[in-house]
Amino acid sequence: MVGGGGGVGSGLLENANPLIYERSGERPVTAGEEDEQVPDSIDAREIFDLIRSINDPEHPLTLEELNVVEQVRVQVSDPESTVAVAFTPTIPHCSMATLIGLSIKVKLLRSLPQRFKMDVHITPGTHASEHAVNKQLADKERVAAALENTHLLEVVNQCLSARS
Amino acid sequence: MRLQARGKEGEATFKLDVIHSGKDFWGEGVGKYWKQKCDSWICKSVLSEGHQRTVRKVAWSPCGNYLASASFDATTCIWKKNQDDFECVTTLEGHENEVKSVAWAPSGNLLATCSRDKSVWVWEVDEEDEYECVSVLNSHTQDVKHVVWHPSQELLASASYDDTVKLYREEEDDWVCCATLEGHESTVWSLAFDPSGQRLASCSDDRTVRIWRQYPPDNEQGVACSGSDPSWKCICTLSGFHSRTIYDVAWCQLTGALATACGDDAIRVFEEDPSSDPQQPTFSLTAHLPQAHSQDVNCVAWNPKEQGLLASCSDDGEVAFWKYQRPEGI
Repeated sequence: MVGGGGGVGSGLLENANPLIYERSGERPVTAGEEDEQVPDSIDAREIFDLIRSINDPEHPLTLEELNVVEQVRVQVSDPESTVAVAFTPTIPHCSMATLIGLSIKVKLLRSLPQRFKMDVHITPGTHASEHAVNKQLADKERVAAALENTHLLEVVNQCLSARS
Repeated sequence: MRLQARGKEGEATFKLDVIHSGKDFWGEGVGKYWKQKCDSWICKSVLSEGHQRTVRKVAWSPCGNYLASASFDATTCIWKKNQDDFECVTTLEGHENEVKSVAWAPSGNLLATCSRDKSVWVWEVDEEDEYECVSVLNSHTQDVKHVVWHPSQELLASASYDDTVKLYREEEDDWVCCATLEGHESTVWSLAFDPSGQRLASCSDDRTVRIWRQYPPDNEQGVACSGSDPSWKCICTLSGFHSRTIYDVAWCQLTGALATACGDDAIRVFEEDPSSDPQQPTFSLTAHLPQAHSQDVNCVAWNPKEQGLLASCSDDGEVAFWKYQRPEGI
């Protein structure tokens, strides 16, 4: 149901020489954000800040460093309570795609207010099984059942943990 | 009226089933049994022993004495009701992974279950409460989300992640798939027969509700049939009303009103225009409750005895009751 749980950190890497991207700097704080009276609305940068440091399951790098997630591919509407994140697997046959998508989804589910509707999908045209992966990620029952699997949950939590 | 049915922190309520008397209901996910006492509901029982994982669906038997609970732990428990107490009389095993739905046939002698293992199982129960699997149906190519029985015939319908609806009937000593309904463009989440059983409503991740009609062989409309099995045709599609996945559809057996539960937190009710052609009916949206809940609405159920009484449940952990009145001039 969910691809690749076994290949983490062992054996032959699928993509041994990934392109590594520079991290964007810290977000500058604006005057509006400093003002306690003005409520902060959630924007693309905030969502990106939540997902940029998610670890790739295979490489000792973050999704930002691998350009799997980019701020420009995050769409948010706070008034409508919607978030859409498109992620780009490093290679078109990446078997970790579902796991990466699931990690992004879990991070958002754990961090955002419950009113938000979250859509996590593969950047169109970048993966051989994008329809199948997108369909699984969009099915909340499948996601809930997958996360009841302790081994898978552990792998996801490892992707979400801060690197020392 | 709203009920906080949430047990543990963050547990969603997936499904409800209203007992035939209309006076009790079971809200699961949390596994709680509620009984109506005057105008408020009192939780009478919590069954925490039966399953090891999420309880996905519950169903009362037609006689009201039994409750079946389908779980992600791959089993289905049958509970016998004794006033406010429930005793697990048997556990049905066999599915390879999460059981998604369970339904009793109106006769009370048959039960159907379905699972992510792509199969639908038909079980027979005898007078001694013995359950036997009489058929394993492997027609779907993906996860099966929902099963429902026809109100008067021994006909079973199933809805799947493979975007189709399938129908099954008994043939000799086995069950066979007698029709496949194609048309939805994504997962079909739920199904409901109309009071007569001539029509079936399906709802989907493609944000539409489709109405299908049964045409027996030698029908007046000239719809072709193969052999002795009726054909099913999609006679109406309700699109443009729902902005996200539709998780449930319920067809009121008293009034014919159709209610939907949607991932956009809203509940909607549709009614058929009385002057429309039965072969090409039109349905109008007669009620729209945006923010019926603060999160996805997962299930809606009409009270079988009291007109216009609708129950709904949501990811927000609440169960809500609504009074619907058909607008004037419909």
